[in-house]
Amino acid sequence: MSDLEAFRTETRDWLDQSCPDSLRGGTGGALAGTWGGRKWKPDNPDQRVWLDRCAERGLTAPTWPTAYGGGGLSKEQAKVLSEEMRALRVPPPLIGFGLTMIGPTLLQYGTEEQKQEHLPPICRGEIRWCQGYSEPGAGSDLAGLQCRAEDRGDHYIINGSKIWTSDADQADWIFALVRTDPQAKKQEGITFLLIDMETPGVTVSPIKLISGSSPFCETHFENVKAWKKNVVFKEHAGWTVAKALLGHERTMVAEAFGSGAGGARRTLADRARSHLPGVQEGQPLPDAVLRSQIARMEMDTQAFGLTMQRSRDAAKAGHQPGAESSIFKVVGTELNQRRQELLLKIAGPQALGWEGAGFAPDELQTTRDWLRSRGNTIEGGTSEVQRNVIAKRVLGLPD
Amino acid sequence: MDLILTEDQELIAKTAADFVAQKSPVARVRALRDQADEVGFSRDLWKEMADLGWVGIPFAEAHGGADLGLAELSVVLEALGRGLAPEPFLSTVLLGGLAIARSGDEALGEAWLPGVVSGEKILSLAYQGPASRYDLNVTGARATQDGDGYLLEGEKIQVLDGHVADAILVTARTSGDEGENDGISLFLVPKDTPGVGIERQIRVDHRNAALLHLSGVHVGSGSLVGPVGGAGSLVADVVDRATIGLCAEMLGGMQQAFDLTLAHLKSREQFEQVIGSFQALKHRAADVFIAIELARSVVMAAARAADDEAADLPRLVSLAKAHCSEAYVHVTNEGVQMFGGVGMTDEYDIGLYMKRARAAELSFGDADHHRARWAALGGY
Ligand SMILES: Cc1cc2nc3c(=O)[nH]c(=O)nc-3n(C[C@H](O)[C@H](O)[C@H](O)COP(=O)(O)OP(=O)(O)OC[C@H]3O[C@@H](n4cnc5c(N)ncnc54)[C@H](O)[C@@H]3O)c2cc1C
Repeated sequence: MSDLEAFRTETRDWLDQSCPDSLRGGTGGALAGTWGGRKWKPDNPDQRVWLDRCAERGLTAPTWPTAYGGGGLSKEQAKVLSEEMRALRVPPPLIGFGLTMIGPTLLQYGTEEQKQEHLPPICRGEIRWCQGYSEPGAGSDLAGLQCRAEDRGDHYIINGSKIWTSDADQADWIFALVRTDPQAKKQEGITFLLIDMETPGVTVSPIKLISGSSPFCETHFENVKAWKKNVVFKEHAGWTVAKALLGHERTMVAEAFGSGAGGARRTLADRARSHLPGVQEGQPLPDAVLRSQIARMEMDTQAFGLTMQRSRDAAKAGHQPGAESSIFKVVGTELNQRRQELLLKIAGPQALGWEGAGFAPDELQTTRDWLRSRGNTIEGGTSEVQRNVIAKRVLGLPD
Repeated sequence: MDLILTEDQELIAKTAADFVAQKSPVARVRALRDQADEVGFSRDLWKEMADLGWVGIPFAEAHGGADLGLAELSVVLEALGRGLAPEPFLSTVLLGGLAIARSGDEALGEAWLPGVVSGEKILSLAYQGPASRYDLNVTGARATQDGDGYLLEGEKIQVLDGHVADAILVTARTSGDEGENDGISLFLVPKDTPGVGIERQIRVDHRNAALLHLSGVHVGSGSLVGPVGGAGSLVADVVDRATIGLCAEMLGGMQQAFDLTLAHLKSREQFEQVIGSFQALKHRAADVFIAIELARSVVMAAARAADDEAADLPRLVSLAKAHCSEAYVHVTNEGVQMFGGVGMTDEYDIGLYMKRARAAELSFGDADHHRARWAALGGY
């Protein structure tokens, strides 16, 4: 038996013994799960049990070095781990911006001290992070941001506002882009700064979304003191860090949304059969148009999954990320939107529920997920901006 | 198997790319077409490809082959697809040759495959009749027992390279009704067998093909390839593999068509700027790029599944063909549009790729056909 196969067996046994039964089975969409943090209240006490067991083995951040609370696994091992988790239908123990965005960025750009301070609490689910990039006047043109940080020797004083800060009201720390040199060119006067949300002067006001929930907020800074030791990389060089983090963010978004066929969820055909009484598995769906749409959705999802695999296989073999990685964000998010729309079609009138009688919980979830998915092609760089980037960087088309 | 090229495959890709650049630019196909060349491809180049070892890639060493697979062959076909090379890979290697090789019939293998591998023999597979559309179980021919052999009657259409094939493998029904998988037999019919009529067809993309008329064709029982009445699954498997080869060729074609288009976007000026600076075209170019990246992944996955004899091969073939069919058409439609008026002229190459894209789309099943097959294989 190869080492990897031994690892697989060992991992499978451990997962099977350690994951509480109440957490197994289907999950409620790409954003559902344990986000952790000081304010976190589990819906189910088993979530904490599962988190702690995984954190102890480094499995919340499988590929991070063990010195920072990670699992120290190779990419192959991490792939085995996620395959086994999917096969056993166990949920990830922890999700969030710490693991997918600021963590990888600190591993790349952080000082040893910053890594020691911030990575272990992320792995243990103790600190939840949010992202302070966008401002009312700076969206796609992010480098136009105005939130001001004045130099006061060993610290800055921050004044300004961030908007669309997802889960700022739940978060403990924010990684923010602030303007430290208003005289410099747009991209050159920006600093990447870590700020504790409990610092006096930080306030958040939630904004309600079309899906009815309030996952994002306006975040205000009024004379907020932030220490210089919390600058990531160099002062005024935050744009470099910001772009690196966006790379991680786009990969994360693509993976979360693009793998819609993931084993933990019911297949589209299963869903269709549950809305078309009397149709057995193995029989063609009576609605030939719907059948074809389902096939197209599954096939496009698989084509995308294979492209992500191709990229991973190339990375494993030591190649630089190829041109294919530039398409992940736009393809993954557009696929998810199509998938959500198809789920509405499949559910028919049962997709029309907002709350209350006559709609099953998963039907209500379908409606909310559809609404939320409209943001996928806006958040993390819009699809138009992604296409601009492909045209310019990859295809070399001029401005 | 990983979705990357091994060092050996990289080497094949490099050799094939150089070969196409030096010896098989698309101008060659254009010339063959314009001269109404009787063969429609170059026998000399075919021999060179055989000497390079490409023709023998998927065949056993005992027959002179390299005992490699579709992962390697598709690298060659992708390069040839860039130049729309008309040499008979699909007919001779992927259809006729693989049908003999995968039937396991040693006598037929020894009789035909060494000649295929050396570049001397041309084969084909006549799998479709006038009413088949994409249903391999509708053969268009019938075979009845005739002494110790069989008597073949029927019509076959668009037999690739049929006009020059030394022998054609012919599907015919020995029992049951058209549409059933049971009852299909496969016969090897040498071209000069009495009763065989071959008539060259000219297609929109100028890929070489012929009609095959079978009237009272007697063949001996030794010409059976695979079991009597049970060759349906062999034919389906072979056509799946040929489909992967076609997809690889399509991948090369769409890349070349896109390269031509990008070069045009960067050089043609209107409104005092190159047209590639217009965002309406940039975004469409980005979408074309996306379609091609996805195509590369599905072709690689299908080729590796074939080489691994994977159980999900038919699904991956359908995935590859559905995606490549739409992608190639999309890329070349956009190409013609972005070229503008010159895109409509025979002089510019982009139109040749657009024609090939359609022809490839409508071969071995279009995207709708393969989505339906995907659904059926998925139990819905
Ligand atoms: C659900 C959700 C969660 C988010 N979470 C966060 C978060 O946690 N932290 C954070 O900092 N931000 C967050 N954002 C903000 C997000 O990054 C911005 O909304 C996004 O960058 C777009 O900026 P904008 O909203 O100002 O739109 P605009 O930039 O004003 O764009 C409006 C439209 O114009 C188009 N457009 C703009 N420029 C161009 C161009 N050059 N070419 C072609 N078209 C163009 C856009 O594509 C879009 O269609 C979130 C957004 C959403 C929807």
